[in-house]
Amino acid sequence: MTKFIGKRLINMVITLFIASIIIFTLTEVMPGDVAQMILGQYATPESLEAVRAQLGLDKPAVVRYGDWIWGVLQGDLGTSMSMKGVSISDLLLRRGRNSLFLAAFATIFLVPLSLVVGVIAGLREGSWLDHFISTSSLVALSLPSFISGTFLMLIFAIWLKIVPAMSSIAPGANLFKVFPKLILPIITVSLVLLGYVARMVRASVIDASHSDYARTAVLKGLPYHKVVWHILRNALMPTVTVIAMNLGWLIGGLVIVETLFAYPGLGRLVYVAIQRQDIPLIQASVLLTSAVYLLLNLASDIIYTFLDPRVRY
Amino acid sequence: MEGFVRRIRGFFEIVRRLSHSPLGMIGLVIILLWVLIAILGPIVAPYSPTAYHPQDRFTGPSLKYPFGTDRFGRDMFSRVLMGSRSVLILASSATALSLFLGSSIGLITGFLGGLVDEVVMRFMDILMSFPALLFAMLILGIFGPSPFGVIVVIGLVYAPRIARVARSAVLEVKQREFIEAAKVRGESNLYIMFVELLPNIWGPLGVEASVRFGYAIFLSASLGFLGLGVQPPTPDWGLLMKEAQQYISWAPWMAVFPALAIASLVVAVNFLADAIRKYEAGEL
Repeated sequence: MTKFIGKRLINMVITLFIASIIIFTLTEVMPGDVAQMILGQYATPESLEAVRAQLGLDKPAVVRYGDWIWGVLQGDLGTSMSMKGVSISDLLLRRGRNSLFLAAFATIFLVPLSLVVGVIAGLREGSWLDHFISTSSLVALSLPSFISGTFLMLIFAIWLKIVPAMSSIAPGANLFKVFPKLILPIITVSLVLLGYVARMVRASVIDASHSDYARTAVLKGLPYHKVVWHILRNALMPTVTVIAMNLGWLIGGLVIVETLFAYPGLGRLVYVAIQRQDIPLIQASVLLTSAVYLLLNLASDIIYTFLDPRVRY
Repeated sequence: MEGFVRRIRGFFEIVRRLSHSPLGMIGLVIILLWVLIAILGPIVAPYSPTAYHPQDRFTGPSLKYPFGTDRFGRDMFSRVLMGSRSVLILASSATALSLFLGSSIGLITGFLGGLVDEVVMRFMDILMSFPALLFAMLILGIFGPSPFGVIVVIGLVYAPRIARVARSAVLEVKQREFIEAAKVRGESNLYIMFVELLPNIWGPLGVEASVRFGYAIFLSASLGFLGLGVQPPTPDWGLLMKEAQQYISWAPWMAVFPALAIASLVVAVNFLADAIRKYEAGEL
């Protein structure tokens, strides 16, 4: 087990290393002169030179990559270009906290709900309730977040006026105090996964209830709730991995949802950084999100090996 | 000629089987409707999608403007109808590109095996370990937003996923006798890959392609919404949603109709993809 986790960790570090090279190379070929962007059009050649030297842009790319990675390893991500003098590490921490809050509440909301809905549909296979749940979960997983988010905003914020439409919050605000502002983003970011997980749960419940051990349990004369318990124990195992694996999806979803609701999280930060061509911020935020994504994937693999005694590496 | 007739028959057989899935049929009808609208374009749109009507800015839905107008008085109905073109072209080209790249990679790695397989698939795993949207945003942010960029980026993002499906299908078909026979006949590797193997993995590839088409619409619309795809004044559903955000509280029609358009298309594609998946799994 330790060996397996160790191997996967090394794999992850290698992948992250390659990711950092790709990110660095991509931002390297970005058109436009950074020094020119900072000083504006009317800068003198001397001042441009000075800024380049100050930023280390006159050094070869390999050296700059080395400097960057060395800084990243020490937790120093440099300062943002578009927000002058703001430390990127601080910024990522603040925004990351906001996104984590959103993602955590989305998970708390979607996991139990999708399990219940999926199990009900699976146990009542073929009934009208099953058709209803299957169809609506297919709809939920197909809709891009900015569409479902817009509908929710129109209905619950603009028409019924029961929740705020926008989720802009002051930096450092107590997120529990402004919780009403987070309700729509939480629901929106959960919807796709809700549909997806519910369908997976339904499929595995149906699989399990057609199995030999379920039939044996019925024929043995076990009471219904005990048969259901047999089925659920086996059906929910693959579901755990599905959930863990797809939490990575939340990251992409967060970019859209945070942009839509103007919520100051990591996803919106990535978007703003790309829009403003803020190279150090793009590098740091994309690397961080990739790292989180990879960690979630690793976690799902590990959980799977714990749950399924047949899987041994 | 005979082969052609057989293929046409085969196609009708698939449609007949799919017709057992009401949702799949609803999906197919909606998709065909949008394709028709996209082809007819200006014939069905009452106004030019980019024509200004300064006297009618921000008017709600009416007989004159069924979906209302935007901040320049442009007719939203015409903009939504004409917007079907960009989404369909972007998503289908991107799917075709990823299908081409992915199935080629899958065929080659699956058939050749060995070191090539090991190295290429490891690289594919790395590519897949980035969130798709983030990767697309990064590339488009760097090389500048453009419709062509959207096609290339989505094609690249989904190619590894299709390659994986193609590869595992190839590994299975590779064991069969007719491949052995072709090898004994001394056919070239290229011939075996594209003439013997490819026709036999259409099933799983078709299922994957239909699912990917849904994702491609999802992703291209999301990129349009972020302003990284089609640029104004061209009407694009994602872009229309972006433009509507600012005015959403007092001109909600600007958001409602493009949102309904996107929703109808993605849901339709997913209904059809689900029916195709069931057909391949023998559930229909």
